[in-house]
Amino acid sequence: MTYFNEMYDSDGKSVREPYAMLREWVETMPSDLRQMKQAEAEDLFRRIGITFAVYGEGGDPDRLIPFDMMPRVFEQNEWRRLERGIKQRARALNAFLRDVYGRAEILRAGRIPSRLVYQNEAYEKAVVGVVPPRGVYSHIIGTDLVRTGKNEFFVLEDNCRTPSGVSYMLENREIMMRMFPDLFRTNRIEPVDQYPNLLRRTLESVAPSKCKDRPTCVILTPGHFNSAYYEHSFLANLMGVELVEGQDLFVDGEFVYMRTTQGPKRVDVIYRRLDDPYIDPLCFRPDSMLGVPGLMDVYRSGGVSICSAPGAGVADDKAIYTFVPEMVRFYLGEEPILKNVDTWTLWKDDDYKYVMDNLPDLVVKEVHGSGGYGMLVGPKSTKDEIEIFRKKIEANPSNYIAQPTLSLSTAPTFVEEGVAPRHVDLRPFCLCGDRIELVPGGLTRVALREGSLVVNSSQGGGVKDTWVLSE
Amino acid sequence: MKLRITHETGYKYETPARNLVQSLRLTPSVSEGQRTHEWSIDVTGGMRGPAFRDGAGDWIEGWTVRGPVEEIIVRIAGFVETRDTAGVLRGHREIINPLTYLRETEATEPDDALKALARDAQGSDGLDLAHNLSRSVREAIAYAPGVTEMQTTAAEALALGEGVCQDHAHALISISRIRGLPARYVSGYLHSTADGSSHDAAHAWAEIHVSGLGWVGFDAANGCCPDERYVRLGSGLDARDAAPIRGIRSGFGDERLNVAVNVEEMEQ
Repeated sequence: MTYFNEMYDSDGKSVREPYAMLREWVETMPSDLRQMKQAEAEDLFRRIGITFAVYGEGGDPDRLIPFDMMPRVFEQNEWRRLERGIKQRARALNAFLRDVYGRAEILRAGRIPSRLVYQNEAYEKAVVGVVPPRGVYSHIIGTDLVRTGKNEFFVLEDNCRTPSGVSYMLENREIMMRMFPDLFRTNRIEPVDQYPNLLRRTLESVAPSKCKDRPTCVILTPGHFNSAYYEHSFLANLMGVELVEGQDLFVDGEFVYMRTTQGPKRVDVIYRRLDDPYIDPLCFRPDSMLGVPGLMDVYRSGGVSICSAPGAGVADDKAIYTFVPEMVRFYLGEEPILKNVDTWTLWKDDDYKYVMDNLPDLVVKEVHGSGGYGMLVGPKSTKDEIEIFRKKIEANPSNYIAQPTLSLSTAPTFVEEGVAPRHVDLRPFCLCGDRIELVPGGLTRVALREGSLVVNSSQGGGVKDTWVLSE
Repeated sequence: MKLRITHETGYKYETPARNLVQSLRLTPSVSEGQRTHEWSIDVTGGMRGPAFRDGAGDWIEGWTVRGPVEEIIVRIAGFVETRDTAGVLRGHREIINPLTYLRETEATEPDDALKALARDAQGSDGLDLAHNLSRSVREAIAYAPGVTEMQTTAAEALALGEGVCQDHAHALISISRIRGLPARYVSGYLHSTADGSSHDAAHAWAEIHVSGLGWVGFDAANGCCPDERYVRLGSGLDARDAAPIRGIRSGFGDERLNVAVNVEEMEQ
């Protein structure tokens, strides 16, 4: 398999424009300085306490995710195309959510099988007919992308519920700027630090119409034992809003209030980092102590906004994923700018046969799985592992999808011997409110082990600062 | 039939309770089979909060009581005029797609016995099959109060062979879904006539979606379809989802529940 190396042209020798100055930077850097800086970076990360596992991968929550000092770089025109593609997808996903909780035109038109939506666990019966402010259901969309060629980008998955990792995007940049201020003086790198302000603006823009003053926004966290708690408090801090747990909020009459030292304060927008089943024991799981009793009734009557809206998860399901290009065409009348990875759905007989015949070459995932668990990477698995997985598929084919093993691009990365190519992916964070915003950059994850295609931090992945160069 | 309904649910708390929040699905549905002439909901010491009609057509009211209180009473009183529509839910405005009611929940999760019960039922069409499924449940689960609990699942009730209306409804919903018929739990009231069934006036049954007809009620506990003796309140995937009252409070200790329901035919 050949891989696109983001640093070099196709001849493999001449350095591509965006990486030219970085090469010089690396070549002139004394090796003892590099070691010193690496130690300094780790020290900084530890001091600010950013040690959570990305994307709920599990593992030791106090473990530091390795930070690679070599930035990943995009040229302006590369980024603009990605940006258009991501925003297009975000518009289509929200249009889809509006539709399936309303008239369901796309299902009536037969473009997506009704069963996949109505029998989907993430489809919430309780919010059918509820239109959130501005018709936005998913306010923060984390789009996972991989690159396979100079102009070839694929979307691996859309995360429409509560994607995490944005604190890494911000911290990686902060640390690079502190350690290498010269790099940022001599290069024109687009900033990302406006993200918290944009996020707050986005949240405020979807306040309910019953809110007459400046909206009060809060972040609702499951608590400090959650693996992304650091990110919750980090964002609350940067946005200047309260970080609350379920017990800090209560319903009184038609609204939701927050307990404060000055008495109850009405809350208009809740950015919840809590999954649907836990947000209200009176509507969902009755045993949940993490949510706010009565919240859903207030939400459904328009007294508070919840971001993302309950039920938004039906748009990022792996079975629905295969239809996102169809959504772009159906709702926007446009051709998708970003491609989907070819996906075989195992509930179709033809696909089932193909997948079972080619397991060693494919990646097979659970429809509801995440974080690299419950999946088979054919080319990296033993015969036994493949056969065990085959049995699991046979038992419940509709629980699986399969994709070809992608040739993820590589980006230059610091290794023991100097700089070497390592495989990377990208998660930018798209904000949807009255406008759709995307800060130039995102979280780049890198598979630090040579040859590895798995970027998950639980399996040897690290993170990098991601640069978009301005004109 | 003109039915006068009173329904009181009292909660007595061992230690004073605060911050009570309730979500009430306690208002008769709007359909051809029933017309509500008067209806009132009151929670003692409470404040009415959000009130709205949801996608299933149910009227929901949220109530909060700040407390501290030692007891509360949820009081319902009203007058509904009903007529027999042979169990068919007609003229009921709802926007949730029936396919949404194909998913099983914890309470209706099928085991081998439920699967067998579903498999054995015959039917020339959807309606015929639904009737036969209902009959199978009636035959498999005898009416016996006090054997099962709120948390009893369809599978458990079938294994016991005894249960109450909630268990009959759960079992029927479970096996209907197995056979590909969308099904849901309905809560409401039942007027017991003099010849009388022994069932409580607070009742529950199942609705099965039959193509061409729409939602049709089946009361497996009584071996019939709802007629003019039935008043429909609301629906859900199972008893919990369709519960007339879902509530929570802060405070320690036990609570004592006291329910009194009365459904009387009014003088002409």
